[in-house]
Amino acid sequence: MKKGIFFGLLIAIALAVFLSPYASKSLDGLERVAEDKSFLHKGEGRNIIASPIPDYTIPKVKNEKLSTSLAGLVGVIITFSFVYLIGHLTRRKRKL
Amino acid sequence: MHIPDGFLDAKVWTTLGVVSGLTLVLAVKKTSNRAHTEGGSGEKQIPMMGIVSAFVFAAQMLNFPVAGGTSGHFMGGVLVAILLGPFSGLLVMSSVLIVQCLVFQDGGLTALGANIFNMGIIGAILGYYIYLVILKAIKRMSISSFIASWLSIVLASSACAVELAISGTVPLKVAFPAMAGVHSLIGIGEGIITALVLGFILQTREDLLQIEKV
Repeated sequence: MKKGIFFGLLIAIALAVFLSPYASKSLDGLERVAEDKSFLHKGEGRNIIASPIPDYTIPKVKNEKLSTSLAGLVGVIITFSFVYLIGHLTRRKRKL
Repeated sequence: MHIPDGFLDAKVWTTLGVVSGLTLVLAVKKTSNRAHTEGGSGEKQIPMMGIVSAFVFAAQMLNFPVAGGTSGHFMGGVLVAILLGPFSGLLVMSSVLIVQCLVFQDGGLTALGANIFNMGIIGAILGYYIYLVILKAIKRMSISSFIASWLSIVLASSACAVELAISGTVPLKVAFPAMAGVHSLIGIGEGIITALVLGFILQTREDLLQIEKV
């Protein structure tokens, strides 16, 4: 079981680290529609919270590809940990 | 399809926030009830959900080009619902959206309820039941999952268009064809990836598909 988790996580990390720098940088569907129909500006500069890795770029890392890879690595680990934690916190304890 | 803050007006994002919040509570109740019976397959649920979430996060980073300087990415709603069940699927999608919003500023904080509604409730739960209906009719997992996941993208993006329209951000007759149009293309990618991944799992780790689904 533990081995499966480890390898599964490794594959997810590999995807995020090695493929994400080569992902398309074009606007996604909603952004494209927003730009074409002139409402993209409504979503800009409205950040309620300051996120540490905005737009999947690590602020201090100059190399764009490296920045994206690291963002991917961090994101995969945080996501897995978050779900694992919430899963265990919401466990219904068996009544004895 | 991640809506940033500022696209939706308060009445829309608060309503969807409430709807998504309540649905999440329901999903947590349903999954925590079943996931921990007697050890068994229940114990595999949490690590499985973790791994599936990690994959969805990674996959959502991998944008592929679609027509005319636009990109799309895999969403994963129907796939995760088929693997884990609709309510676990909602939790997975919501978790990914929460991390994306808080850590990466992908999707607004106020818009989180709307994003969970579109990509979790429509994308995973509704998509899953559509899958079941199609599967019953044509009996082939590959085609059923392709159609259902394609539909999930088109429906989710259409819901997004409606939300934008009700918010007064853009008229429906402008938003709907634009959103549905580009997402009909993106949905093809979703359909292909969903069917392929499912097929791969069926071939290599069929046991994973036997895990109790909630």
